Amino acid sequence: MKRIGVVGYSQNSIKSDAGAANEVELIMPVVHEVLAETNLTQSNIDFTCSGSCDYLQGAAFAFVEGLNAIQTYPPIKESHVEMDAAWALYESYLRILSGDAEIALIYGFGKSSPGNLDQIMSLQLDPYYVAPLWPDRVNLAGLQAQSMMQAGMLTREDMHAAVCASAHNAKNNPSAFNIDPPSLEEYLASAMISSPLTKHDCAPISDGASAIIIASEDACKKHNLDPIWIEKIGHQVDSSNLGFRDLTLVKPVSDLMNKLDIDLNTIDIIETQAQFSHEVVLMSQIFKRTIQDINLSGGPLAGNVMMAAGLDTIGHTYKFLKSHQHSVALAHAVSGPCLQHNLLACLRSPL
Amino acid sequence: MNNSSEKDYFESLISLEYTHTAGSATTRFLEAVAEGKIVGQKCLRCSAVYVPPRGSCPRDGVPTSEEVTLTDRGCVESFTVVHIPIPGNPIEPPFVSAMIRLDGANISFLHLIQEIPVAEIRIGMRVEAVWKPQEEWTTSLENIKWFKPTGEPDIKPESLIFKPK
Repeated sequence: MKRIGVVGYSQNSIKSDAGAANEVELIMPVVHEVLAETNLTQSNIDFTCSGSCDYLQGAAFAFVEGLNAIQTYPPIKESHVEMDAAWALYESYLRILSGDAEIALIYGFGKSSPGNLDQIMSLQLDPYYVAPLWPDRVNLAGLQAQSMMQAGMLTREDMHAAVCASAHNAKNNPSAFNIDPPSLEEYLASAMISSPLTKHDCAPISDGASAIIIASEDACKKHNLDPIWIEKIGHQVDSSNLGFRDLTLVKPVSDLMNKLDIDLNTIDIIETQAQFSHEVVLMSQIFKRTIQDINLSGGPLAGNVMMAAGLDTIGHTYKFLKSHQHSVALAHAVSGPCLQHNLLACLRSPL
Repeated sequence: MNNSSEKDYFESLISLEYTHTAGSATTRFLEAVAEGKIVGQKCLRCSAVYVPPRGSCPRDGVPTSEEVTLTDRGCVESFTVVHIPIPGNPIEPPFVSAMIRLDGANISFLHLIQEIPVAEIRIGMRVEAVWKPQEEWTTSLENIKWFKPTGEPDIKPESLIFKPK
């Protein structure tokens, strides 16, 4: 099979409120940076794919505006997913695999500051049975954390450890928030947002953008690119009906690990898009790691740009493999409530 | 049981509130419009002038970093006659919505044409802005009520085709 690799990644410094900067102004710097990193120009890009959510901007077809950030003058092959840009990368991967393109630019962007993120995310739920009840994402995450506690899989001490690990690891990532974690006593005394979740357990409201370039092996040789191979990639979704799911399992992830034949013993580092402290604990259990050993970038708890944070898991693993300290990495992107839709990508350094 | 005239369902509206951000380029444009001025931005690579500016040149994928002050005169690039009333719109149909290309700009924007019979409006016709009284100005392109003919000779539509530098 054709080999395809990540050849560049750029992430904006994440802001809690990017203020007057609009989406185009967030996207353009990361696109320019990733092109500079790879010594490519827009004319080398065969396919462009973005990931964003029009509900975040509150305007229909808002993603089209984002295209002003790149050279969109025809002819251009371009696509968009109304999802995290990790899925835009997946679409681009398939395009390259099918021979339709050799080099693809992927970008994800989101400003959560202009609206009420909890309400907005409710509208992504099943529109007939769940969305009309307006459960917000923190309520639903709270249900999952409760299920884990009842199953004896989670304590508040674990959650505090996840919060501290994220704050500690985020020092590896200059784009992440600098979070001063609470002491255990302060943490246990914090007000609940949705029991057992406090504000410390939830990923912060974040504005930003990220961009990645992937290329086929032929294109890497032609343009002298230095790839980290995407060895395996796949995604799977769980039922949209929360009542049909056991929230203490992330069944798509275990299914995907079987399907893609991922051996956790061979994986050096893992980045997961766990957006709540209990999700960090759950994913660390599934990936058989300590809480401190996953999300060396700090993960979403230290900056969670909606529709880019999944792409960032791939970007961060790429960066870590690039630094030659590790050889195999697993990136885990999610979408939907309570880790419903999951994408796994296994990256390998050629060294 | 419900009578057929009774609803057996409940209607509710979904409403979300946002703090919209125009972006720094468009914000600059809106601030200038509040003072009765029209500013665009120029791409330093291809020299295209965008108004209202969005802060980027989609042709080159670079920021449009130079501000350009434009006049409120231009021509009709294209137009359509609206016959169907739009709820809440105070203007009686038929009226004309036109793409106005200001002198010195390389893209057009949508505005109204008035003070001329609809049948006489044509592509290439020279127009100028009719502003609201200054005390009504806000940060909106609605400070211009509409465009009206200047009476100058028409321009050739071919001359509007952009040739990048």
